[in-house]
Amino acid sequence: MATLETFYEVMRRQGITRRSFLKYCSLTAAALGLGPELVPQIVHAMEAKPRTPVLWLHGLECTCCSESFIRSAHPLVKDVVLSMISLDYDDTLMASAGHHAEAILDEVMEKYKGNYILAVEGNPPLNQDGMSCIIGGKPFTDQLRKVAKDAKAIISWGSCASFGCVQAARPNPTRATPVHEVITDKPIIKVPGCPPIAEVMTGVITYMLTFDRIPELDRQGRPKMFYSQRIHDKCYRRPHFDAGQFVESFDDEGARKGYCLYKVGCKGPTTYNACSTVRWNEGTSFPIQSGHGCIGCSEDGFWDKGSWYARQSDILQFGIEANADQIGTTAAIGVGSIIAAHAAVSALKRAQHKGDV
Amino acid sequence: MAPLDDAKPVATPDEEGTAAPAAGRFLKAIYVYEVPVRVWHWVNALAIVVLSVTGYLIANPLPTMPGEASANFLMGYIRFVHFAAAYIFAIGFIGRLYWALVGNHHAKQLFRFPFWDRHWWGELFLEARWYLFLERKPKLYVGHNPLAQFSMFWAIAVGSVFMIVTGFALYSEGAGQGSWQDTLFGWVIPLFGQSMDVHTWHHMGMWAILLFVIVHVYAAVREDIMSRQSIISTMISGVRTFKDAEAPADEEHERPVKKAARMG
Repeated sequence: MATLETFYEVMRRQGITRRSFLKYCSLTAAALGLGPELVPQIVHAMEAKPRTPVLWLHGLECTCCSESFIRSAHPLVKDVVLSMISLDYDDTLMASAGHHAEAILDEVMEKYKGNYILAVEGNPPLNQDGMSCIIGGKPFTDQLRKVAKDAKAIISWGSCASFGCVQAARPNPTRATPVHEVITDKPIIKVPGCPPIAEVMTGVITYMLTFDRIPELDRQGRPKMFYSQRIHDKCYRRPHFDAGQFVESFDDEGARKGYCLYKVGCKGPTTYNACSTVRWNEGTSFPIQSGHGCIGCSEDGFWDKGSWYARQSDILQFGIEANADQIGTTAAIGVGSIIAAHAAVSALKRAQHKGDV
Repeated sequence: MAPLDDAKPVATPDEEGTAAPAAGRFLKAIYVYEVPVRVWHWVNALAIVVLSVTGYLIANPLPTMPGEASANFLMGYIRFVHFAAAYIFAIGFIGRLYWALVGNHHAKQLFRFPFWDRHWWGELFLEARWYLFLERKPKLYVGHNPLAQFSMFWAIAVGSVFMIVTGFALYSEGAGQGSWQDTLFGWVIPLFGQSMDVHTWHHMGMWAILLFVIVHVYAAVREDIMSRQSIISTMISGVRTFKDAEAPADEEHERPVKKAARMG
């Protein structure tokens, strides 16, 4: 059960020295892109504030957000889970199970009414009365609505909770619906990505605890500090784009030289995320660095905006998969043919009535 | 019908230019397109060509450039030309909109869609029948015929607004959050869903305008040859001349040119 211990007290109890604690605060500030003058603020927050209870629900999902989250390096996920927040309910990480686990939900909701953060991974399916996702014998939709009612704020983890993602792709038989379309009366922070970057996830939580407010959000409800620029804007291959040097096909000379992946369908120019700066797995790499284009997993409509291997996306409304240029060229040829025929008939008509006009 | 050659040109219109719908009246020349309209037309035409070519090359880049990245800037130049032409296109459009307010009534026609005018629709279908070879001869027009007005309104007036709004929305992605492009047009991206859809629609918009251009050029050349008034030269000199004596269908608004000197 959650206690009202502060982060600092918990850390000291775990045998962490004050020196290590301060170092940790500095690292966290750096990870958040904050200046050194804000480190004391983080220290103060950690020392003075009681840990915030977080309830982490899992809907229709693949758990890749959790997989990503537990790999956070700065801050280490162990510090986040054990020291910073009080992760009171997360059915994939918690030790207890069954009724015992479900009972914690009610307990926290009652004790910290209006003061806990709800983190949602995955999304609720609304068709068939929500029967496509059952948690503890009840539809996930019910659980989500119930827990959201008294939450202080909601974090939508991943593209599923934020935009719908794979399970909401055409034709979306279960009517998987992003969280913000089901819960409309709470502040919602969208952290899209399939999965989101681990450091982005822990960074968002750290920010909320340190400053006791939700981070500044953009028009689509994403934290500006991680989602205000496109992959393309900070891509290390950008000079090759500007130079007009492209990978024409995988395994060609351009691919070996690390040219821009634009022509083989990289979605970097239309995808807002921090991959090209924060990178993945402790900053080791990210898709473009390993030679594959970005697939745009953190964008709305991801999965229906293919192909991942062509610059222009398919337009599914036309029944067959075609892109804007194919449709445009077809129309231009059609109109051109009609005009040629029309001109021919016009000339004939004119010859027929020569002298009339 | 009697050969049109037989229709006798009546004397030049009287100096006051009073409306005289009497049959056989010969409106030799009417000043239609003022200088700003003509300048805009050709600048805009050039901008559309440049924007279409560079826009196509942005979506479908040229083959890879050899050498070091630091020695090349092809994509950068293509994008620069696209953005520069886009600013000319957008500023030109605003200028044209201004001239619709202060210019003559022909300058307003591009922005008008007389949806409730039954008579206008009638003439539109008559013009369509002329193009389908179902009419022996088209009506005379001082300004645009209704069919031309209809397509210009949708392709150029509405089409330009669409391309400018989606274009600046895409530009705002590079200009960054907080830029004036983002403040004014950034809302377009969530409206369409995401950036990729705005790209797709911007691209479709180009094809729509290009289809209009194809039809427009063909119709202008054909009308110049086959219809009863000047078309191409009018967009250069501003003066509409007529090949026969009948009164134009939209004549009631006109005051004939007083002297040839006015043409210069």
